[in-house]
Amino acid sequence: MANAPVTTKKDWSTDQEVRWCPGCGDYSILTAIQMMMPDLDVRREDTVFVSGIGCAARFPYYMNTYGMHSIHGRSPAFATGLKMARPDLDVWVVGGDGDMLSIGGNHLIHALRRNVNVNILLFNNMIYGLTKGQYSPTSQVGKVTKSSPQGSIDQPFNAVSLALGAEASFVARTHDMDRKHMQEMFTRAHAHNGASLVEVFQNCNVFNDGQFDTINKRDVRDAMLINLEDGAPVRFGVEKERGVMIDKFGDAVIVDVADVGEDALVVHDEKRPDPGVAFALSRLAMDPYSPTPVGVFRSVDRVEYSAEATSQLAASQESKGQGDLAGLLRSNPTWEVE
Amino acid sequence: MTDVAETTSRDVDKVVIRFAGDSGDGMQLTGDRFTSASALFGNDLSTLPEFPAEIRAPQGTLAGVSAFQVQISSEEISTPGDAPTVLVAMNPAALKSDLGRLAQGGTVIVNEDAFEERNLAKAGYIDNPLEDDSLDGYTLIKIPMSKLTREVCADLDVKTRDAERSKNFFALGLVSWMYTRPTEPTLDWIEQKFKGKDKVIAANTAAFKAGHAYGETAELGSHVVSIPPAKLDPGTYTNINGNTALSWGLVAASQQSGLPIFLGSYPITPASDILHELAKHKNFGVRTFQAEDEIAAVSSAIGASYGGHLAITTTSGPGIALKGEAIGLAVSLELPLVIVDIQRGGPSTGLPTKTEASDLLMAMYGRHGESQMPVISAYSPSQCFDAAIEASRIALKYMTPVLLLSDGYLANSSEPWKLPDVSTLPTIDVEFATKPNTTDEDGNPVFHPFARDENLVRPWAIPGADGLMHRVGGLEKDDGSGNVSYDPANHARMTELRKERIDIIANDIPLTEVRGDVDADVLVLGWGSTFGAISGAMRRLRKDGQKVAHAHLTHIHPFPRDLGEVLNRYETVVVPELNMGQLVKLIRAEFLIDAKPINKVMGQPFTAGELERELLAYIEAGKAS
Repeated sequence: MANAPVTTKKDWSTDQEVRWCPGCGDYSILTAIQMMMPDLDVRREDTVFVSGIGCAARFPYYMNTYGMHSIHGRSPAFATGLKMARPDLDVWVVGGDGDMLSIGGNHLIHALRRNVNVNILLFNNMIYGLTKGQYSPTSQVGKVTKSSPQGSIDQPFNAVSLALGAEASFVARTHDMDRKHMQEMFTRAHAHNGASLVEVFQNCNVFNDGQFDTINKRDVRDAMLINLEDGAPVRFGVEKERGVMIDKFGDAVIVDVADVGEDALVVHDEKRPDPGVAFALSRLAMDPYSPTPVGVFRSVDRVEYSAEATSQLAASQESKGQGDLAGLLRSNPTWEVE
Repeated sequence: MTDVAETTSRDVDKVVIRFAGDSGDGMQLTGDRFTSASALFGNDLSTLPEFPAEIRAPQGTLAGVSAFQVQISSEEISTPGDAPTVLVAMNPAALKSDLGRLAQGGTVIVNEDAFEERNLAKAGYIDNPLEDDSLDGYTLIKIPMSKLTREVCADLDVKTRDAERSKNFFALGLVSWMYTRPTEPTLDWIEQKFKGKDKVIAANTAAFKAGHAYGETAELGSHVVSIPPAKLDPGTYTNINGNTALSWGLVAASQQSGLPIFLGSYPITPASDILHELAKHKNFGVRTFQAEDEIAAVSSAIGASYGGHLAITTTSGPGIALKGEAIGLAVSLELPLVIVDIQRGGPSTGLPTKTEASDLLMAMYGRHGESQMPVISAYSPSQCFDAAIEASRIALKYMTPVLLLSDGYLANSSEPWKLPDVSTLPTIDVEFATKPNTTDEDGNPVFHPFARDENLVRPWAIPGADGLMHRVGGLEKDDGSGNVSYDPANHARMTELRKERIDIIANDIPLTEVRGDVDADVLVLGWGSTFGAISGAMRRLRKDGQKVAHAHLTHIHPFPRDLGEVLNRYETVVVPELNMGQLVKLIRAEFLIDAKPINKVMGQPFTAGELERELLAYIEAGKAS
C-alpha cells in the first residue's frame, strides 16, 4: 500500500450532502479524517469504511472510498469478515455509543479480543441521537431523557475500561474539539497491527449539548484533560502541578506534584504487557466531571487475526497440497460397481 | 428359540436393523460401521441415526436411548425402512423404547447382562421382559455381551471398566456374522481410528472377533442371512451423509467459480458438522470463522461477500431467526450469499436432534419488508452436493442471498453416492466489475453500483478495483447510482426491481419433472427429505397396480415456470410435508388449487408405509367420485 498517489482532502470526500445537524461534533471528526487520509500513504481503492446504524454510522457515505453502511451494532462483525477475506484492505469501523456498546457490545468485545486489524472509531456522545434523545449505555446515572424522565438508573460503561477488559491491544481516547489530537490518535490506530479502539468524545448539540464542556472547553482543558504520553510521568494542570500515582492497592490517584515529588508519579508505558495500570488510569474519570485521561492507554503487539487465519491456509496447503476436488470426493472408502 | 442349526445362509433382498442402547454405548458408531461395511459390500442402503439432545442423558433411562437404523438391500431403496426386522437392544431402556417399532415376528438381540434390577427399574420394567411373555411372537437371542467381552479382554491388560466399553464391538461382530458382512473394513477402521491407543485397538478387535465367533459357535446358523450386492449403475461409489455432501458441494462451487469460500458460522445442531467439515479443507482456500453468535456469523459472511468471496453461513432454524435482519441487508445490498438451514423440530429449542421441515415459510417470508430471495431445497443425502452447487450458482450469477434448506434427517443419514466426474460439474462464471459503467452529466466516466444488466443483476465491484469506489448500505438506494434516496417513486421502483430480478431466475432452472404415471389422477408434490419415503410409497402403490405421479421441488422460490400448468393436469394434488402444511399453503395461494396436505411432526421422517396408506386413500377417493 506504500507509495500511494498524492491526494488531497477533496479526493477523500464524496459529493453526497452531509446530513448531520448543523453544529454536530461529527463534522469535525469527518474533517479531521478527510484531512488526515492523504498523509497515511494508502489508496482510496484499498480503503473501506464500515458502519452500523446511528448518526455516526452515516460516516461511510461521505468518504470517497469503498464503504458499507450495515445494520445496527454489527459493524465489527462485517469488518471482521471483510478483513479476513481481504487482509490487503485497510478497514475502518465507525459507530456511536448505542451502536457499539449497547446493541453491538458483543461484536465489539470479540473483535477486540481476536485482534483483527481494523480501526474502530467509537463516537461517544452519551446519548441516542438518531432515535431522538434516549439515554445510552454511556449516559450518567440520573440522566433525564425522554425514556428516563426520572433519571437513568443504569450504571454506564467506561468504554476504555471495557476495551481493556476485552483484551484490546490498542486503546486510545480523544475528543472532537482537538483536530490535531484526533488525527494523532487515528494515525496511531491505523499504524497499529491489530484491532484498535479509539473513543472520541463527541458533542451532540441537539440532544446532549455541552456534555463534555466540563472537560474539553478551551478554558478548562488544561486542568481537566490528562494527556498520556508514552515514557513520561503522568502530569496535568495549567502549570502541570498535578499528577497521577498508583497507590499500594493498584488504584490510580490524583496528587499534587509538590506533595509527592515527580518520582512518585506513574510513568506511562503503553507497551506494558499487563493492562492493569492502563485500566487503573481509565478509572480516574467515571464521568465528565473528573480529570480525564486522553491519549493512547495501551499499544501492545499481539498476533493479528486475519494474518493468522491466512497462515493456517498456507500451512494447510503446505502439508496437504493444493485442494483437489476429485481427491476430496474419494477421501472416504469407495467401491466400484461394474 | 434358537435350537435349529443350519449352516447355509439364505438370500434376502433387504433387511432393516436397528441398533439401540444407552447414549454412552456407542450405538451411532456401531451403526455407522455396519453401514460402511455394507456399502463396501455393494448394497444399497439408507440410514436413520436418532440420538437424544443431551450428550450423556441419565444412564439407563428411556430419555438416554440412542439408536441407529439402517436398511440394506440388494435392490434400489430410498428410506431407512418402515419397521426393523432386527432390534439389537443393549439395555432394558432400549428394548422398551424401540420394541414397538419392530416388525411382528422380528428378531430381538439383547445384551442379557444389562437386564439387572437397577436397569430394569430405570426403564420402568417391573418384571424382566426376558423372563416373562413380553417377547412372545419375536425371536429372542439373549447373549451376555458384557461378560463375554470382559472375558476376551481379560488377558489384554485392559481395565474391566474399559473392556466393557467394547461390548458394542461384540454386538457389531455378531451382527456382521449374521449378515455375512466382510470383517476387514471394520478391523482396518479400528486400527486407524484408535491409532496410538494400542489397548483400545486390542480390546475392540478382540470384542469384535468374539462377537463374530459367537455367532458360529453358538449355532445361530438359522439366522444367517446374506444380502447380495445391489445392481447399481456402474461407477465409483462412496457412502455419504447430507452434511458432508453439502460441504463438498460448497467446495465444488468454490472450485467451479474460482472464488475462495468464506464460511461464517456459529455452532448449532444439526448444522455444526458443515463447519467442522469445511474447517478441514483450508487447503482449498476455505476460510472458516466461528463467530461469537449467529448474527456475527452472517454479518461476517456479508462482509466477505463485499470483499469478493463465495460467502456462506450455516445454521438451523433458531439461527435463521437471528440472522433475519442481516439477510434483509443482503437482499438490499444485492450481494451473493448462501444461507444454509439444516431444519430441526421447533419452535424455540424444540427437538434439536430430530428432523422437521417447518422453516419453509420462514425461508420464504421470515424477513422485514418486501425481501424476496431464492429458496432451494435438497432432497436426499447425496443430492445435498448438487443442491449446494445450485444455491451457489444462483447466488453468484444473480447477486442475491439464497436460502438452502436441508434437514436433520438428510444431514445425518447416509446413502451410497455415485461420484460425479468433476469435469462435468457446471462452471459458475463470475466477473467482477473493472471499469466505470456510465457517465455523469459532464460526460465523465462514473461507476453506478446499481445499474443493471438484462437479468436485472447489478455489477459486483470489489474493494481494490481502481476508480470504482462506492458505498452500499441498508438505506433505500437510488435506482442506478445507488446513492441514498427517499424518493417515493424510486422506492416503489426498487421494490419492484428486487422482486422481478428474483422472478427472472425461473427462466434459468429446470422445468417440473413428473415421475411415475404421468397420466394418473393423483400427483404427489413433495419437497425436501420426503423424497425417499414418497419414492418408496410410489413403488409399492404402482406394484399393486395403482396409478400415481410424483413431482419433487428443488426450487421453491421461484417455482419452476411450468409448475401451475403441471399441477392443473391432475384431479388431486397431495403434498406430504414434515410440518403442519407449509408448501401446501404456497401452492394454494399461488395457483388456487385445492391441494391436500399430509403432515407429520414427530421429529421423524415419513415411512414409505405411512405415505402408501394415505396416498391410497386419495387414489381410492378419486376412483369413487
